[in-house]
Amino acid sequence: MSRIDTETARRVAKLARIAVPDDDLPALAGELSGILDFMEQLGEVDVTGVAPMTSVTPMRLKRREDVVTEGEMAGRILSNAPDAREGFFAVPKVVE
Amino acid sequence: MSELTDLTIAEARDALARGDVTSAELTEASLGAIEGAGALNVFIRPTPERAMEQARAADARRAAGDAPAMCGIPVGVKDLFCTRGVESQAASFILDGFRPEYESTVTQNLWDAGAVMLGKLNMDEFAMGSSNETSTYGDAVNPWRRTGDNTPLTPGGSSGGSAAAVAARLCAGATGTDTGGSIRQPAAFTGTVGLKPTYGRCSRWGIVAFASSLDQAGPMTRSVRDAAIMLGAMAGHDSKDSTSADIPVPDFEAMLTGDIRGKKIGVPREYRMEGMPAEIETLWHKGAEMLRDAGAEIVDISLPHTKYALPAYYVIAPAEASSNLARYDGVRYGHRATLAQGDGITEMYEKTRAEGFGKEVQRRVMIGTYVLSAGFYDAYYNKARKVRTLIKRDFEQAFAAGVDAILTPATPSPAFALGEMSEADPVQMYLNDVFTVPTNLAGLPGISVPAGLDSGGLPLGLQLIGHPWEEGDLLNTAHALESAAGFVSKPEKWW
Repeated sequence: MSRIDTETARRVAKLARIAVPDDDLPALAGELSGILDFMEQLGEVDVTGVAPMTSVTPMRLKRREDVVTEGEMAGRILSNAPDAREGFFAVPKVVE
Repeated sequence: MSELTDLTIAEARDALARGDVTSAELTEASLGAIEGAGALNVFIRPTPERAMEQARAADARRAAGDAPAMCGIPVGVKDLFCTRGVESQAASFILDGFRPEYESTVTQNLWDAGAVMLGKLNMDEFAMGSSNETSTYGDAVNPWRRTGDNTPLTPGGSSGGSAAAVAARLCAGATGTDTGGSIRQPAAFTGTVGLKPTYGRCSRWGIVAFASSLDQAGPMTRSVRDAAIMLGAMAGHDSKDSTSADIPVPDFEAMLTGDIRGKKIGVPREYRMEGMPAEIETLWHKGAEMLRDAGAEIVDISLPHTKYALPAYYVIAPAEASSNLARYDGVRYGHRATLAQGDGITEMYEKTRAEGFGKEVQRRVMIGTYVLSAGFYDAYYNKARKVRTLIKRDFEQAFAAGVDAILTPATPSPAFALGEMSEADPVQMYLNDVFTVPTNLAGLPGISVPAGLDSGGLPLGLQLIGHPWEEGDLLNTAHALESAAGFVSKPEKWW
């Protein structure tokens, strides 16, 4: 049984922002379905009254002062950008 | 000087302390070994100038009377760790040419402790894989081969380069990371020691994130003592990682007394898997006998939710990965696709990620996207997190009943051939992690210790799992197992 059809695979690829050619969608749908079939075993477990885990070690998230600790390094931050201009990251036109 | 590369961290440290050798000599020997090991495809980016500079600095430091724990010891670094000014790509094309402007806390701790960086090591792309075959650099190759058979084997993954480098005597120690077994499985495949510490023991800051609630860095070495030394240098609280534990780092090496009399070792019946090779079952029994002979009490225990660890893991890890990997968009670093006329920002994201991510990473990002999407979040993601609670509870109940450590096989098979799984269903590859994944889900420390050879002459490992924050006790039990097993084999040099 296939849990993910070609249309669902197309939608998931879109949500993940990964371009997948139409020809590859059926195979992708099959692979994703196989993985989800494997996960179906979780349905056998009785989880009544069980809280979903939010932290694996019982620790309180540490607080810190809300102050600037580092900064003034635009050049270093931009140093790896594929396209940086005039102190900014450059991207294709977003608004028409 | 080839024998210098045979030294363990502890032996090299003692030789340095006696003045028998300098860090520059040790480092040169390692760099020479690396140069001759191209066929293993392990050190994908050696950093010889930096290594020699650090080695000379370590020698000067020692001469000045300051010799911290790893002073002058050359190590390799998994490509997942960001190292300032040195390409750090997580073995992915999407981070092509990325040179961090910062240093990961774990590597900084190592340099502060005097260690010398030999270079960056091959791995599975974004640490997603169990065979080092998803790397943008190509496969890393296991220095071990089956007796009388030249078939190239996988060193395991994702820390396959680290494991192979340590086994091949290119370095005495290397950093690894372990999200579902990525330190322990390759250690088992290469006859080396691999320790995944308690979640929070080592800072995750500056390590490329895969699944943040599971990722943990640890040492890969040739002896338990070396793992103790190296963990001490890597660990510690870091204000830059809010999940790093603010507790003292003990002297792990000092805890290696070898005395495990009266310790209670649990053997979980659920780890007896159908289809597991008889040799692994036999080794497991032998391991239990060795610990019994050393004075421990062996008890049968039950971890009833073990079977559900793998499916829970393969919901949680991809879910976290899909969020973590959203940052690779072609804007701030790494690869950006060439765009066609009229392409907008969405096309830039989609083309960049299609070109930049390999197939396995794409698959996991999409699975993660699916299980987090509206309508499926409860059925998959929340369900998996509830099962995770139960898996952790299994361990807590065993420990509450007096069990000090748990003994299991490290992997369901010895190293397999590169390419052997290429036609297999992705789930078949995931089964490699069946014995290691529960430990990550429960946040516990686990160590793989080489314990014997199979009939084909390949190393097999046993895993010990300990109480949270009790790495010292776990290492001591591992030390006892290591001494009893007396594993001294090493791969015959063919590369």
